[in-house]
Amino acid sequence: MYEPKIIGFLCNWCSYAAADLAGTSRIQYPSNMRAIRVMCSSRVDPEHVLRAFINGADGVLIAGCHPGDCHYISGNYKTQRKVMLLKKMLEQFGIDPRRLRLEWCSSAEGGKFAQVVTDMTEELRTLGPIQLETGD
Amino acid sequence: MDKLKFAFYWAASCGGCEIAVLDIDEKILDVVEKADIVFWPVAIDTKYKEVEAFEDKYIDVCFFNGAIRNNENEEMAHLLRKKSKILIAFGACSCFGGIPGLSNESNSEETFSTAYKDVPSVVNPDGILPQPSSRVPEGELTLPTLYDTVKALHQVVDVDYFIPGCPPPPELIAENIDAIFSGDLPPKGSVLAPDIALCEECPLEIVEKKIPTIKRPYEVVPDGKRCLLEQGILCMGINTRAGCGARCIKANMPCRGCMGPTSEVADQGAKLISSIASILGVEGEEAKTDEEVQKLIDQIKDPMGTFYRYSLPVSLLKRKVMKK
Repeated sequence: MYEPKIIGFLCNWCSYAAADLAGTSRIQYPSNMRAIRVMCSSRVDPEHVLRAFINGADGVLIAGCHPGDCHYISGNYKTQRKVMLLKKMLEQFGIDPRRLRLEWCSSAEGGKFAQVVTDMTEELRTLGPIQLETGD
Repeated sequence: MDKLKFAFYWAASCGGCEIAVLDIDEKILDVVEKADIVFWPVAIDTKYKEVEAFEDKYIDVCFFNGAIRNNENEEMAHLLRKKSKILIAFGACSCFGGIPGLSNESNSEETFSTAYKDVPSVVNPDGILPQPSSRVPEGELTLPTLYDTVKALHQVVDVDYFIPGCPPPPELIAENIDAIFSGDLPPKGSVLAPDIALCEECPLEIVEKKIPTIKRPYEVVPDGKRCLLEQGILCMGINTRAGCGARCIKANMPCRGCMGPTSEVADQGAKLISSIASILGVEGEEAKTDEEVQKLIDQIKDPMGTFYRYSLPVSLLKRKVMKK
């Protein structure tokens, strides 16, 4: 059976702590996401997302602090613009932009984090495995 | 000393690279003094058969321009690789796929249908498309088969050096021809151009590294002093290799990225998204709603075509996913 693979880039200050909280609160959520801790969501270069896709990820989740709460003051505003622009380009490449998701989760939102991963996993289940063509 | 043997070939290209060779002006006299040109379809009448008859490694340096887009291009790439000691990918198409590489956003079927049926100026009531082979009273005529995916030269054969640019700047060509004659070439696989970003060469001044709003080049007259990005014109110079002397910018046009990315960048488009999105609409970003940010981003009409203008075939994703 198809199990979607999600690469989750979680910011150190909020979303990684949210994932931690979800764990210590024993909230159940699908194990389809592989977490990668980054210092800030804006550390995630669009190249990382593309690399995740060509290496077999069905979806990429980028999670950071709520707007205004960035540990580095303005990192997540940059992330938002990068993700919007990248989604637009993914569509041109024939990749469903829903495969890339940006969410804000504070360190107190373990429940929200679990819900985000659950929703995304379900959505990717309906989208099916990613299909890329890399030439003839 | 025996004269060196040079060859020039064009695959899927526009012919601009051939002109660029002549743009080295009187330097061309040095070239013919020190080298024989044994194969150059655009200028001398050597047949493919004669090239096939060369012994292996007969050509000292082959300058190969153009992308690989049909089976003729590919066949010639293999043939010239076999017959050449040094194979140089010459120009953006051959280094990265170039402008023809943008057709990786469609496939050969769509390309044919656009070119021979959908364009308003085309009259083709029977919907006739070029065929790889057709029968005529005199016998069978053949044409090369167009591929769905355009490739750069190094994705098909082993390449020794890369000279990027659309076309490569004459100064760079002259410099590298000197290097070839003196035997002073860097390690195999090198890009024969400076490994710094165009901003280093750019005469314009960076004041605040912010893009307030995006403008198409026809909507604004650049003031000739400030960084084009700050004036709202999308310029790819920030991660494009230098070596062209900022020739477009000096003509008040933004850099379009024909020299390809610097060696630090694996995917030109992804890096451009990162850098452009970071500085777009920074002013008052904390007060912007999601819709306002989306509006700002939507000013960039064609991110794929803009950011991968010359490098789509060598990008991480290489081409659009075609629904079968």
